[in-house]
Amino acid sequence: TLLPSPLLIMVASSRSYADFTPEKVDLHRLEEGPPLTATLTREEGLKYYRTMQTIRRMELKADQLYKQKIIRGFCHLYDGQEACAVGIEGGITLSDHLITAYRAHGYTLTRGGTVREIMAELTGRRGGIAKGKGGSMHMYTKNFYGGNGIVGAQVPLGAGVALACKYLGNDQLCVSLYGDGAANQGQIFETYNMSSLWKLPIIFICENNQYGMGTSVERSSASTEYYKRGDYIPGLRVDGMDVLCVREATKFAADHCRSGKGPILMELQTYRYHGHSMSDPGVSYRTREEIQEVRSKSDPISMLKDRMLSNNMASIEELKEIDIAVRKEIEDAAQFATTDPEPPLDDLCSHIFANDQPFEVRGATPWTKLTSTS
Amino acid sequence: WKFLPSPQRNSGALLAGRPVNVRDALNQAMDEELERDERVFLLGEEVAQYDGAYKVSRGLWKKYGDKRIIDTPITEMGFAGIAVGAAFAGLRPICEFMTWNFSMQAIDQVINSAAKTYYMSAGAQPVPIVFRGPNGSSAGVAAQHSQCFAAWYGHCPGLKVVSPWNSEDARGLLKAAIRDDNPVVFLENELMYGVPFDLSEDVLQKDFVVPIGKAKVERRGTHITLVSHSRCVGFCLDAASVLAKEGVECEVVNLRTIRPLDVDTIEASVMKTGHLVTVEGGWPQYGVGAEICARVMEGPAFNYLDAPAVRVTGVDIPMPYAKILEDHSVPQIKDIIFSVKKVLNM
Repeated sequence: TLLPSPLLIMVASSRSYADFTPEKVDLHRLEEGPPLTATLTREEGLKYYRTMQTIRRMELKADQLYKQKIIRGFCHLYDGQEACAVGIEGGITLSDHLITAYRAHGYTLTRGGTVREIMAELTGRRGGIAKGKGGSMHMYTKNFYGGNGIVGAQVPLGAGVALACKYLGNDQLCVSLYGDGAANQGQIFETYNMSSLWKLPIIFICENNQYGMGTSVERSSASTEYYKRGDYIPGLRVDGMDVLCVREATKFAADHCRSGKGPILMELQTYRYHGHSMSDPGVSYRTREEIQEVRSKSDPISMLKDRMLSNNMASIEELKEIDIAVRKEIEDAAQFATTDPEPPLDDLCSHIFANDQPFEVRGATPWTKLTSTS
Repeated sequence: WKFLPSPQRNSGALLAGRPVNVRDALNQAMDEELERDERVFLLGEEVAQYDGAYKVSRGLWKKYGDKRIIDTPITEMGFAGIAVGAAFAGLRPICEFMTWNFSMQAIDQVINSAAKTYYMSAGAQPVPIVFRGPNGSSAGVAAQHSQCFAAWYGHCPGLKVVSPWNSEDARGLLKAAIRDDNPVVFLENELMYGVPFDLSEDVLQKDFVVPIGKAKVERRGTHITLVSHSRCVGFCLDAASVLAKEGVECEVVNLRTIRPLDVDTIEASVMKTGHLVTVEGGWPQYGVGAEICARVMEGPAFNYLDAPAVRVTGVDIPMPYAKILEDHSVPQIKDIIFSVKKVLNM
């Protein structure tokens, strides 16, 4: 079906749910913020739709595989928050850098990973993005530094990456993400301080999904205005369920960084459908009604879909075709992830040191001598 | 062949060299590596404009400026994380802890962010970083400023842990550490900073490195092996001089590296002497000496032991302040002599 592909003016943020009603961008120490209108091309729309749908389906497949005990350990799913990862990537380039915490599958994808290698990592196979050595929380791609398991530790790491960008003079920046739970970590405030002193090109992004594990923001934080917590750092808060809002805010933040003004802080108000992880049903600290309300009123994929349809940017059939293609991609990836062999035992001790001679590693007994290679 | 002890402890170097103290050896090593590779930089508290809390980085800020010698606020967890992130992104940071006691605030970044990342990423993300600073007991600085971290960091795969004794060690190991593409924990000793040693021309070459993971036999002997690291190596040599007068010839092994431990050198020595005493400043439980004894038990050298291997260590208490108490909290030369005689049944 051929459709005209007009440039379209979209209005940012016009939905509400649960506890808050963002109708505009909230600013902190900023005279002006990102534009309240944004242009979405058909091509961009289809790309964002496909990527968000891919993340959604991938996470739901991971849920399935986890319940079948094919994925084990920790598995923190990202469904509901797709607009954040996709919108952020829309505001930067792949030569910029990004680091996040453990809810990282979506970012691994937007930063260049494939569904195949992400899923095979979750199932612990040799074809996994970290060869089965890392698991859900430790996936890396070029200019993507994981995947970090210790709450808050990724934020100073991100500032270090930003320091390298400034040191090397390459006009790149680093996006450093953390959640509402991590936002109270001392090391984040240490990082605010040093990033500001040294004017590092870092965008701090708080993905506020309202709950740090089972603790709501009201119970964890004396101030829930996370975009203001950087104090002397300019901040903005936008609707994290709206991929265009996220993109425009990110572009604005990136310009701020690249112009040498130093750090900036973005709060994205978002929501996760799953519990904290697969071992958390997610309904002991919030109501099913709340989850359902977000799904029906603020789902990021539905919102984009409705906008594209109502503005004649795509047809229902076209989007259905994308859905089918995505489903197939996920099925193929799951097939790979469940049939690829586990890593060879020879790999057990490898990758301890980079660029080193092979060396002996003590096994479980004094007679078990293993070898580590780089 | 007997070792001829010289008043200046020149570690067997018979060539005339200029005496260089450990502080200056570290300073020169950093200077040369900063010059050699633009990606190397130093950060920590007071390293720049103060010339270093212990003057180890004297002159470097003046020479290299703000970009490469960075004063940090007193926020160890934050700046250690920043240093690791910079290493992720291709720089080669030297992260100074004013003393290793303060590294406890940042230990998560050292272990979880630095040591484990190459493994977790299956080789995608190397971490070429050096963490350095003074370790272990000093003089009169009391309990919170006197802990030895050799065993703590030596426990963890993914780290290399070195503990130099003299100026040659300091210079060569620091160069090796900076050139290594992996996280290195570099344990200095404040009381050694001012001690001079002769350095030969070879050692003063710009590309001189001491290989990480190789111990050095500082004194050859036949009756008993003393294995030690850092300042205690000097005590072992002093004890060996005293014992030599009674006809006991000690072989003194300077570990130089805590992890990976050079078990081969230790075993070869024990297989020759049949007796082992380890000497360290740290606490006994789960320490460096404990590891050495366990390894000797598990390997070929056990069959050559004529007596159980024993450890001389710091006393198992937090470090007290009063001088008389502090003196009795750390291994003294007489403790080493006493232990040697006990092991040799003298």
